[in-house]
Amino acid sequence: MTFAMAIGTEYYLALSALLFAIGAGGLLVRRNPLIMFMCIELMLNAANLAFVSFGKEMSDLGGQMSVLFVLVVAAAEVVIGLAIVVAVMRRRPKASIDEVSVLRG
Amino acid sequence: MMQNIALIASGTVQTPSVSWTGLLPLIILAGAAVFLLTICSLVPSRITNQQLTIYTCAAAIGSLIAAIPLWLKVLDESKGPFSTLSGAFGIDGFSIFLTMLLAVSVVLVSCLAGVFLKSEDIEGPESYVLLLLSATGGMIIVGANDFIVLFLGIEVLSISAYILAAMNLKRVQSQEAGLKYFVLGAFASGFLLYGIALLYGATGSTQLTAIRDFLINNNLTNDTLLLAALAFLIIGFAFKVAAVPFHFWSPDVYQGAPTPFVAFMASAIKAAGFAAMLRVLYVTLGEYKADWQPVIYGIAVATLLIGSLLAIIQTDLKRMLAYSSISHAGYLLVGTQAASDQGVAAVLFYLATYTFMVIGSFAVISLNSGPEGIRTDLNSLTGLANRKPMLAIAFTVFLLGQAGIPLTSGFFAKFYVIEAVIEERSFGLAIVAMLAAVIGAFLYLRILTKIWLTDLETDDKDQNTITIPKQVSFVLLLATIVTLFLGIWPEPLVEMAQRAVPLLRAG
Repeated sequence: MTFAMAIGTEYYLALSALLFAIGAGGLLVRRNPLIMFMCIELMLNAANLAFVSFGKEMSDLGGQMSVLFVLVVAAAEVVIGLAIVVAVMRRRPKASIDEVSVLRG
Repeated sequence: MMQNIALIASGTVQTPSVSWTGLLPLIILAGAAVFLLTICSLVPSRITNQQLTIYTCAAAIGSLIAAIPLWLKVLDESKGPFSTLSGAFGIDGFSIFLTMLLAVSVVLVSCLAGVFLKSEDIEGPESYVLLLLSATGGMIIVGANDFIVLFLGIEVLSISAYILAAMNLKRVQSQEAGLKYFVLGAFASGFLLYGIALLYGATGSTQLTAIRDFLINNNLTNDTLLLAALAFLIIGFAFKVAAVPFHFWSPDVYQGAPTPFVAFMASAIKAAGFAAMLRVLYVTLGEYKADWQPVIYGIAVATLLIGSLLAIIQTDLKRMLAYSSISHAGYLLVGTQAASDQGVAAVLFYLATYTFMVIGSFAVISLNSGPEGIRTDLNSLTGLANRKPMLAIAFTVFLLGQAGIPLTSGFFAKFYVIEAVIEERSFGLAIVAMLAAVIGAFLYLRILTKIWLTDLETDDKDQNTITIPKQVSFVLLLATIVTLFLGIWPEPLVEMAQRAVPLLRAG
């Protein structure tokens, strides 16, 4: 009773492109710092999905290995990002990114 | 990679051979950073900024010294460039040249940090640790021979730099600079990583050498994936080096971040960004240069013109130098666009000379910015020539150098990049570069007239009290001497830069 259905690599790649577009678009449109971080994560994970599907397609483990490194980097990046946001929020609660604009010229 | 996994399965693990001496400059810096952090968390008493400066300088000089035998080894005909960690990290003239440059900029910046962080009320070892780590990231980038290593290097460099920008917890501008730098930097990393993933899909490898060989030996029937990868990579790099139209973060970050770290961003981080760009575009994707050269051409023109035009209308010194640094990125892109060994050598020469000029300039701005380090508007320079003649002379040298006036190193830097594109017959770009130099000169002359031709109307007491600490005068003196010396006799550095042209090595 198994329905073996082959889903081609191109579907995974299309999904990954879609995720990347959502991430990049969201980062440009949304103004809440936390949502912006989620968008960054989405972009990195879209790249991860592309890595994995290419690796599977070519039966090369390099793609899977790369994902592990990217995961570590993404975690480190979010830690720093959150730390900076906490520092900003302490000074101004409920800050949206537009309000953080003392610097202009 | 497959064999390694197979070996793990069969019980024996074969690790790649490691050339410890080749990695020594990097290990010294990273080790020094981790060691400092450990020690400072164990020792209860506060360590002074001065001790930290000495420690950081020592680490950077150590790594500089460790790089010298490597340089000699690489230049030796019989040995030549080599790679280690199964080809993931290349040690060639290019990487060692930039490693030394990064080490020098850490020495200079830590001298500035020792003095100015105190005035900005930033204490503790964290900034020094991050400075060392960021430079380590830079050293990883310049030697990376694998896209994953390159990406890790870029992230080590950038993540440390985000914190450095936000280091001043008491000033809201610094926080804002950190947040903006982080969001846009991470955005760029996303593009870069997606580009790497697509390139991996198109060529089947993340190793730079393997990709280059693949592209030389195979003629792709469908190169859509590769061109998409190229576009993503160029966007990512353009963000990292602050090229127009991806430059908008840099003036805000430069204005808000603590000044010593701005000097670091303008020198070391820019150098590392261009190193990554040259390695990827020129060396790895050299076969596809007909596709990327026009893009870099366009970005270079926009960067040169917009950088130098917008610099003119600024009123804040740090913002002015930010826009001027954007236009300098434009000249570096001109050298990159040439896609020739001569162009790469010109970029290396430019980076080396610019490092000294820009760190010197920011040192002067820090000295002049008052006890809290916040007076950075153009008017704060009023009458500097009367108040501190030596400081004014040093600043004049740096500004004339950045303008590209003969007898300063900046002249030769611009000369060589323009010469390189003319050799490649991109006359239009050469003309734009020269035009931008003229527009740029207006900015520097505007600052110079403020220094030399105006005087304070009243004797404002706190403007008269600029004291120059020893470390800062060392930085200023060194930067001035290097700028003038290379303006008169550039041959030694030119020869070094020419020998440093990258040669990627297989493992």
